Order: sequence, then structure tokens, then C-alpha cells
Amino acid sequence: MDEHPNIKDIEKEIADEFSLFDNWDDKYEYIIDLGKKLPPLEDQYKKEENKVRGCQSTVWLVADYRDGRIFYKAESDSVIVKGLISMLVRVLSGQPPEEIINTRLEFIREIGMMTHLAQTRSNGLLAMVKQMKNYALAYKLKNEGVQK
Amino acid sequence: MIQPATIQRLDINAIRRQFPILNREVKDKPLVYFDNAATTQKPQVVIDALVNYYSEYNANIHRGIHTLAEEATAAFEATRDTVQQFINAATREQIIFTKGTTEGINLVAQTWGRQNIKAGDEIIISTMEHHSNIVPWHILCEEKGALLKVIPINERGELLLDEFQKLLSNKTRLVSIVHVSNALGTINPVKKIIDEAHSVGAIVLVDGAQSSVHIDIDVQDMDCDFFAFSSHKLYGPTGVGVLYGKQDLLEAMPVYQGGGEMIKEVYFDKIIYNDLPYKFEAGTPNIADTIAFKAALDFMSQIGKEKIRNHENELLAYATTELEQIPGLKIIGKAQEKVSLVSFIIDKLHPQDLGILLDNEAIAVRTGHHCAQPLMNCFGIPGTVRASFAVYNTKEEIDALINGLHKSIKMLS
Repeated sequence: MDEHPNIKDIEKEIADEFSLFDNWDDKYEYIIDLGKKLPPLEDQYKKEENKVRGCQSTVWLVADYRDGRIFYKAESDSVIVKGLISMLVRVLSGQPPEEIINTRLEFIREIGMMTHLAQTRSNGLLAMVKQMKNYALAYKLKNEGVQK
Repeated sequence: MIQPATIQRLDINAIRRQFPILNREVKDKPLVYFDNAATTQKPQVVIDALVNYYSEYNANIHRGIHTLAEEATAAFEATRDTVQQFINAATREQIIFTKGTTEGINLVAQTWGRQNIKAGDEIIISTMEHHSNIVPWHILCEEKGALLKVIPINERGELLLDEFQKLLSNKTRLVSIVHVSNALGTINPVKKIIDEAHSVGAIVLVDGAQSSVHIDIDVQDMDCDFFAFSSHKLYGPTGVGVLYGKQDLLEAMPVYQGGGEMIKEVYFDKIIYNDLPYKFEAGTPNIADTIAFKAALDFMSQIGKEKIRNHENELLAYATTELEQIPGLKIIGKAQEKVSLVSFIIDKLHPQDLGILLDNEAIAVRTGHHCAQPLMNCFGIPGTVRASFAVYNTKEEIDALINGLHKSIKMLS
């Protein structure tokens, strides 16, 4: 098994990166930059069943299970949401299902982006986190079923 | 044409001082509130009316014989009188208090609609309806096997009246139409629509959620059969709305919800319902907010709706001119007759990203589909950014919006 850093360590890395910014403009510029750099999702995945419906932006999310770990790919039509997605994928992709299910994603609060997870923002991020956890749960149950 | 010399200028700073929330900062910057079409802020007189009610004379209304109940009842019913004047209804009995516009429309759909709509009947709405003037009719049509017909619009966001005439027939039972579009600002020619609908024997409900704060409402002159609006879009509290209806229609309609207040005599095998308007006001109403709604209407009347409108129209003209200079910006909704709101998109940029970055500048706008998904689909866009103006907004705030947009575009490009 490869030496993939655990969720807590990646979260700390991101929080450390954000601690360099002392204003909101810089934080958003960084997130926008992450969004622009997020590799586009191949068109074949951009279909109805992969859509995570937020109120305003569209998010597509796919998950793949390999060697006891889940790998995510995602995209959005909003560049800021793409930036937030980029961080979520960085933290959660390549982790075991159990870890993904139980994480509280504390880094989002630490970097001051908690409002984007609030219901009121309706920007799809909350729905996306739920969907990522749902995939993890589904793979975990499937895996347990196979083992039985 | 209004001659500039005849426009009496409002003292906007004095008006702003009456709205405590306008003093607050967001992210260390002064708040610019341009989400007035969603809900307006509340003047101190409205806040005071709420506090006074709860501190001085909180009581349940209509049946109490003690002093507090009498005071509360008098204040509650005084709002009904003020609303009657505000929309020029013939009688106070035609003013029914609801939770808001949505409940008013649902009330008509569930009472008049269920009693009068049959299989094969037709209901006409328009492309620019808010979901709350689509969904209740969709539900009713599904239940009854009736048909929902939709008036199309042109690229400026105006109703195609020729097409409306073609949709009208002896099968048309109801036309339910928005007076002012929440997403485009278009003012619809409701009087003409009502006349034509009446000529085929259909009745008309006017959704006044957006119009009542900007336009003088005279339900008798308009000759609408129903008119619904909400307090919170007119500087009043949330949770109160009004349904106006023609007396004969309201009297013939079956009751909506059952409970206290709406009955005269109750036996286990027979119920005699109350008279208008109480017949439609089951249960303890939203007393505090209804009382404070009067303070909001008085606030508007004291300034004068025409003066408010002139100020808002100046803001609209200024914002339109300034916005159109931004490269790649396209205004959605360029009707000849518009209220003070501007909906727009910017090339290659998602409205939500603009909304987030404007919020970062303490500028509150609305982004998204504005609860009018069919309308957005018609324009082929996922949504817009909408800035909507109220009496307390200023040109300086529009400058802040323009600067905020330039900065956001730079960050996103």
C-alpha cells in the first residue's frame, strides 16, 4: 500500500497555506487559482447521474474504488466552487472509506470558508461533501458484503 | 414625462438614519444592500411597533374582553383598514391576512380553484412567473385534469400580448399573472390583461409581490379578481401577507383551513362559518407582525410612493448606464416599463462567483435563478446577478457595486 498522507495531515497543510493570507481577497484569489488549475472532468462523466445538485452552481462528481481507497474527480461551472472542490479532492481522494465517512473536515472552518458549507449558501458544496461521504459509505458496505 | 424641476428630492440620509441595519459592516466594510426584491430592510418604526406590542399589549385578539385584548384587536384591525386604503379596496372585509403572497395564491388555488376548475379547463400564466405562481396551479391542474398555458415573452422580457390573446378561449377559467417580474423587473400591463381575460369570462389573479412596493395599487381600477402581496417586501415584517378578492368570489369560495376564528357556531354534525374576512383566517394570526405592517405602510405613505418611485427610477437609470459600460456585461430584462431592479450576466463568469466576490466587498446582491427556472431556461442561462434598489439606496452605493464588479472580474479572469 502506498504512503498516502492521512486526512489530518493534508488538512493541516492547507490550513498552513491559508495562514499566510491576512485578507479575504488573497484567500479568494488563491481559491480561484486552485479552481482554474483543477483538471477538467472528461465529458463522458458530465452526465445527469453524476450531478450534485446545489441551488446555483452545478457540480459533477465521480468516485472510483481501488485497493481499499476511494479516488474522486469533480468539476463545477463555478470557478470558486471548483477551487473548494480542488481542496476537498486533495483531502479526501485516495483515503480509505472509513476515514472519509468519519472526517469532519475541520480545515474548512480553519481557513474561514465555513460559510460555504452553510445551508444558506446553497452553492452545492455541502451537497458535494454529503455525496463524497455517500460514495465512501457505499463502497464500505459493498466491501463488507464481499468479505462476508 | 416628469420634469426634473418638479421632482422634490428626498433627504436620503435622513431616510437611511431610520434603518438601523444600514449602519452595520460586513467584513469591515459598510453594507451595501441591493437584495431588496428578496426582502427590504425595516425602519425603526416597524421594529418599535413589534417591541411595543410585546412589551405593552400582547394578547390574543377578537374574543378577549380585557383591556390588552381590546388594544391588540384594535391595532390588528387598524392594519386591515390601512391595507384597504393602500390598495383602494372597496371594503375592509375583502382584506384577508395570510403568511405572504405564496399563501395567498395557494389559498385561491385550493378554494376557488378546487371548486371551479374541471377537467379540460385552462389556466393561463406567463413565462416570467415566480415558482409560487406556477406550482400551486400545476398541482391543481394535475388534480383536476386541467391545462396550464403559458404566455411567451420577447427578448426584452416583455409579454407577447398577441400570443396571450390566442391562448384565451371559452375554456380559460383563470389568468394568474405576475404584476412585476422579480427576475427581470418588467411591469406587465395587467389592466389590459384583466380586460381581455374578463371578455372571455375568466377571472384574474395578480401576483403583487414585487409591484406593491413600487407601483400605486388600485384594485378597483385594475378590476383584478384577486391580488396577493407580502409585507416584508414593503419595509414590513416577514410572515404577513394580504389576499384581496372581489366580495362575491370570496363569499362563494369554500373555506381554506379549519380552526378557531373562522367559525360562528360549531356542532359535531354542523358548522356555521364566520363572515369575511375571518372565514379565511383560521387560528391565532400573526398578530405582532400584522400590527407592525401598518407602521411600514404608514412609513411609505409619509414619504410618498411617487417620491420613492422617482428616487428608485433615478437609481435604475444610473445603474443601467453604468453597468452597460462594463465589457461583456449583458442586462437580462430590458422592458420599456421596469421597476428598480437590474438583472445581468457577464460573459464567461458564473453569477455565483460574482455574488461571492461582491459579498466579499459587503455588497449584497441576489444570484441564481430567482425562483424562476422556466424563465432562466427561456433565456438559456443558469441564472443572473440581480441588484434591486429601495428608497434608502444611493448612487454612491451603485458606484461601489460597479467598482466591486470590476474587481471581481479581474479576480475571476
